[in-house]
Amino acid sequence: MLDYGLFSYASKQEVLEKSIRYWNPGKTKFWLDSGVDLVMGAREGYVIHDVDGRRLIDLHINGGTFNLGHRNAELIETLRTALDYFDIGNHWFPSVARTALAEALVATAPGMRYAVFAPGGAEAADVALKSARYATKRRKIVSIINGYHGHAGLSVATGDERFSKIFLSDRPDEFIHVPFNDLDAMEAALKGRDVAGAILETIPATYGFPMPAPGYLQGVKALCEKYGTLYIADEVQTGFMRCGEMWGWQSFGVEPDLFIAAKGLSGGLYPIAVCMLSERAGGWMNEDGAAHISTTGGGEVGCFVAVKVLQILERPETRANVRAVSEFFAEGFSELIRRHPDVIVGLRQRGTVMGVEFDHPEGAVAASRGLYETGVWAIFSSLDKRVLQFKPGALMSRALCEEVLDRFDTAMPRVRALTAAIGRD
Amino acid sequence: MRLEPDLRFGNDAIGAMLERARWGAGAFADLDRETTHRIAKAVADAGHAAAQRHAEWAVRETGFGVVEHERLMQEECSRGVFEASAGQDFVGPVTDEDHKVVRLARPAGVILALTPSTSPIATLCFKTVLAMLTRNAIVLSPHPRAKGCSTDAAEALAQAARAAGAPDGVIQVLREPSLPLAERIMGDPRVDLIVATGGAAIVAAACGSGRPALAGGPGNAPVFVHSSADVAAAAKRIVASKSFDNSILSTTESVILAHAPIAERLLAALKAEQAHVCTDQETAKLRAVLWDAEGGFNVEGALGKDAVTIGQLAGLALPAETRVLVAPVERVHPEEAFAREKLAPVLGFLRVADAAQAGAAARAMTRAGGRYHSAAFHGEDTAALVAFARATPALRVAVNAPLAQGVAGCATGPAMTVGAGFAGSSALGGSLRPEHLVNWTEIAFAAKARMPAEVDDARPWRVAPVPPADAPIPYSQGNPPRGVRTPATGGQG
Repeated sequence: MLDYGLFSYASKQEVLEKSIRYWNPGKTKFWLDSGVDLVMGAREGYVIHDVDGRRLIDLHINGGTFNLGHRNAELIETLRTALDYFDIGNHWFPSVARTALAEALVATAPGMRYAVFAPGGAEAADVALKSARYATKRRKIVSIINGYHGHAGLSVATGDERFSKIFLSDRPDEFIHVPFNDLDAMEAALKGRDVAGAILETIPATYGFPMPAPGYLQGVKALCEKYGTLYIADEVQTGFMRCGEMWGWQSFGVEPDLFIAAKGLSGGLYPIAVCMLSERAGGWMNEDGAAHISTTGGGEVGCFVAVKVLQILERPETRANVRAVSEFFAEGFSELIRRHPDVIVGLRQRGTVMGVEFDHPEGAVAASRGLYETGVWAIFSSLDKRVLQFKPGALMSRALCEEVLDRFDTAMPRVRALTAAIGRD
Repeated sequence: MRLEPDLRFGNDAIGAMLERARWGAGAFADLDRETTHRIAKAVADAGHAAAQRHAEWAVRETGFGVVEHERLMQEECSRGVFEASAGQDFVGPVTDEDHKVVRLARPAGVILALTPSTSPIATLCFKTVLAMLTRNAIVLSPHPRAKGCSTDAAEALAQAARAAGAPDGVIQVLREPSLPLAERIMGDPRVDLIVATGGAAIVAAACGSGRPALAGGPGNAPVFVHSSADVAAAAKRIVASKSFDNSILSTTESVILAHAPIAERLLAALKAEQAHVCTDQETAKLRAVLWDAEGGFNVEGALGKDAVTIGQLAGLALPAETRVLVAPVERVHPEEAFAREKLAPVLGFLRVADAAQAGAAARAMTRAGGRYHSAAFHGEDTAALVAFARATPALRVAVNAPLAQGVAGCATGPAMTVGAGFAGSSALGGSLRPEHLVNWTEIAFAAKARMPAEVDDARPWRVAPVPPADAPIPYSQGNPPRGVRTPATGGQG
């Protein structure tokens, strides 16, 4: 019996059936077909439990949403305090909570002047694209093939056509896609001087975290400056210390004109996202500050929690922990690769942002399943199934990191068997 | 759901410190002896180099002690401690042919060290150097009264450790220490061992925390001066010891048990050493200012103050050169306050008929003041010495030596944390030493087996240096795939 007071279910089976009936048949069935029959129950820190009680270490952390852990006790306490004072608030008026968060965010990001809030990353991306269009009076947007910036009206058109064509939302005339790590292609796209913004994840997540080649991001920025395009960094997965600095672009030594952040800013508790803007990119707010409106963008409860998220991230201990986790897995994977060279072939890594490269073209799908059966939840990259997204949280303890490596090693024979069953083209 | 204590994550500022210490301890436990030695030496040298500055700061901040003596103790408790232990191997493998055993050191892990307001920096250096010698991470929780100097000293030691190649986070300090905070951390499963020095409250909290604890016990040492003693020399040692650092060391003399045949001579000899022997009236006045109605010691007015200042407090006009106050008492039962610990240059003085009565008095002192760890004997009569040592509950009996300097380093080796043992509810009996901070894995061979010669050369430790604490974050491009990458469809974003 799964009894939550407000509702209850006789069994996990009933949840799954009703999920198919009332929520999302395709999504529910997809995971069941993949051998991942997860319905999340209890969760704490970096450990989640299936409603049936099965324990999993969470290395998916929803792209950084749970960067500080599930139900982080300090953040829950902060949320409780927030509810003593705030609710969503009224977006029309200045607010203590929104102002405090905006000031705190601007302080973290050299070159940025304003913070425009959104309820989620996709809307923040739309704000960024609209701001770039306003600032440049141009319409075109360049993004990376296999990039990912969400599913809102504009942002969806920057991503893989799988997500836009189905809704007739692809706009090839305005949204140009170029290969990652290819400066010539980028220059070809920009040199017509008709591109408003170039939007890039600092490390493309859904693409499996291919690392920007040395000088690539700086090269893009230089080209943007040369052709009058604004550089938009998508920091949804690379921000919040995950690359070793507060923002991923800082760790690569490049300064965007505007950038977006989401997921981790929420502390995993109250949705909030942000588009950070330079003076130029934020120009529209001087002409018409209500040109973009979001009732729940910057809900005050969320702002209060997000201020605490930033405070936790700014602790020297957090920086030390990120470095320790990063080093631990860098060493650990070199050993795993040595032990299982036929299965794992490489590790892409910037801090706690990691992609585990498998030999088999669908190796990461098998690994996701094999790890799930072994007590670890890590998701494959939708757009490169050779690569497993491996995303330990910023506060992960040494004991848990050791357990992850042990379980990873244990899962390898199963992954080997699963990939053999898939076969090769 | 059931929370797994060992998997709790850093969920606040304190948790973050403990997690950092756990990472540090994990990496430290991999280091070889040479690197460990280098780190411990660097930390000891840093403590030694800053001794004068921190001695001044500690006395200024706490109001306890004498700068010159604090400096001496800090020097002893940094480089002195290191040199006394540097020849020993706390890493391994250590081969014991006789027992057919090879031992590998297992550091405790994360040590929570509570340091007192009296001799704060000497104690801090002492515990930190011992932790470094044994590859442990240490989180220091200073007495709030000494937090400024303690924080500064801890950071100086941490910086020296880092510069010498220690893993990040092996020396940390609580910046806003308090008793409630210390009590909270003491119960945290991320703490492997508590090493507590301080008042009765903190020591009791440490021993009742549920984590393994080594606690320094209270002092209150009885000093039996036997008729076989060189009375003048005994008086000289006792006064030197009791006046050292205004007597803030718990190890110092508390009550003189004077063998009746030499009692008068001893009093005269004490006077010759600038001790003031109180009249009954003066003893009463002194008692009234040193303890309140509930028996609490006058911390602000008398603790760690010099004899003349304390005399003034009691309305006694004393010569400026007075070093110690001696208060003759009739008994050492609980109702007599002078039978308790006095972290001030004030001695009780009781006449005893023989060694048996001295032993009985030494035991009686525990009824008011609890179990204590140290005692002293002055004399040449071995039978009397052994009878007294057998009777007193103390775990260390110094013979013809000044207790303060003896345990502070000058005579019997440095010891800043001395436990009163099982009877004192502490797992620590006697001085804290590095061997208390490690367990050993014993690799045992069959009795008749020949031990492999290679054991001596086996070094299961990390020889490559740990990346420095400010090293760049790991970055890797990964490996290009074999064959052609197929753009994929399906799966969830």
